[in-house]
Amino acid sequence: MSTTTFAGTPVEVNEEGFFLDPNAWTKEMAIEMATTDGIDELTDQHWTVINFMRKEYFEKGTGPTVRVLGKASGVSVKDLYLLFPKGPAKMAARIAGIPKPKGCI
Amino acid sequence: MTKRIVILGGGTGGTLTANRLHRHFRHHRIHDGSEDHAVEIVVVDQDDHHVYQPGLLFVPFGLSQPQEIVRPRKAQLLNGIEFVQQPIDRVETERDTVVLANGRELAYDVLVIATGVTLALDETEGLTGPGWNEKVFTFYDLAGATALETALADFEGGRLVVNVVDMPIKCPVAPLEFCFLADWYFTDRGIREKVEITFATPLDGAFTKPVAAAALGSLLDEKGIHLVTEFNTGEVVMDDDGAAGKLVGFDGREVPFDLAVVIPMHSGADYVGRSEGLGDDLNFVPTDKRTLQTSAKTNVFALGDATNVPTSKAGSVTHFEGEVLVENIIRFLGHKELDSTYDGHANCFIETGFSKALLIDFNYDTEPLPGHFPAAVGMPLLKETRMNHLGKLMFQWVYWHALLPGRDIPGIGADMPRRGKDLPKSVPDTQGAST
Repeated sequence: MSTTTFAGTPVEVNEEGFFLDPNAWTKEMAIEMATTDGIDELTDQHWTVINFMRKEYFEKGTGPTVRVLGKASGVSVKDLYLLFPKGPAKMAARIAGIPKPKGCI
Repeated sequence: MTKRIVILGGGTGGTLTANRLHRHFRHHRIHDGSEDHAVEIVVVDQDDHHVYQPGLLFVPFGLSQPQEIVRPRKAQLLNGIEFVQQPIDRVETERDTVVLANGRELAYDVLVIATGVTLALDETEGLTGPGWNEKVFTFYDLAGATALETALADFEGGRLVVNVVDMPIKCPVAPLEFCFLADWYFTDRGIREKVEITFATPLDGAFTKPVAAAALGSLLDEKGIHLVTEFNTGEVVMDDDGAAGKLVGFDGREVPFDLAVVIPMHSGADYVGRSEGLGDDLNFVPTDKRTLQTSAKTNVFALGDATNVPTSKAGSVTHFEGEVLVENIIRFLGHKELDSTYDGHANCFIETGFSKALLIDFNYDTEPLPGHFPAAVGMPLLKETRMNHLGKLMFQWVYWHALLPGRDIPGIGADMPRRGKDLPKSVPDTQGAST
């Protein structure tokens, strides 16, 4: 656990950079994190995914897997990889300020 | 009046649940105020072939014959249980009714969903295209495992790739076991040095749980099996001449093969998707991980691979869940609080080749640890031994003769035993550990 600063506000994150408290997240922070990750501009499609991930997290307690994203977010898996090249589920979850998706066991 | 329990699925979970319920209700009636009810049990399945699924791993290597691992479903059910062979069209939870494909309606007082998973072959581009069952196989069903036996026997060398497309899958250790057995098989045939074995997984390690992932990762290393991690298969592409092909990841990475063994995506049964309010996006049934009651309705329960319960999809899980489920159904019908709880106990033998196997035992809160099972004197955990291999082979007998009939197996109960395990001083909470 450590504290880092996004958009001028200190935030607690885990060792992989995932938010400990999703309520501490703001859109400005997302834009800053995306830039650091090499995404110059968050397009409408990026926001569709980010908003979907946050909705799923608050409803179900965990972020969706890539496959569920591809089925339910309205963005295909291929496009998800174009939007978030380092792996959609993990990268988008981090930018969306939610914990790393539990995935499957 | 008679109460009716309808069980969808005549596999491991459905069969053992039906038999356990039958054993109870042939001696007990339900007291409901002034009324007394007998209970009838109906099991529905689309076919009459019960496959001993752990045996599928051995078929490609000629270590099990297909006919040895299949028995009629009906014959595994105790006398007095009705078996209906018919595909399921949908469940209407509002009417407490199952509608079968032929239009027949089955009303129920309690419904049990035990229809396992379906292989979603179509979800991976090119998987069932050119090369399917010639150069690209799965051993996750009987037809695939049987076809693969011939292909392996004809394989004289080259690149063998074992690939898990996405989680969740049944028996998450089976793909690793396949790699270990392939190493043994080609060594035995004297051509091991001509075969390059690669295991490509979407996980970030050999397995989902850290201690076991490290142990299994070093076994892969020792056996000279290459590990490709965080690989999400997007497409299977065959070369023009059809002799070889490659797996293409969504991130652009490629894994070339001469023979590919693919574990396809898994979904819940199709009828779940046709039943309003029953399943999630992947047709798994949202189920309380402790009581096994579904969130669809209080009189609908589920167990085994069909649920979204956060533990491995495996026969041992289904077995342990079954004990809890039956107790809770009896309590539900008696208008009592559901107080039986499942702790996530899973237990599996991992075949490592050369007549040896590992054993792992874990639950929601405790990851697989070294030690012994079920107590300080017992089978070694997380350690390759011949004894564990014999245990794995013996289990087939136990399955047909004790587990399915619903008899208690001495020393192997629903709750995970803690004695015998080398527990760290403070056991970390690995519940919901990320993969």
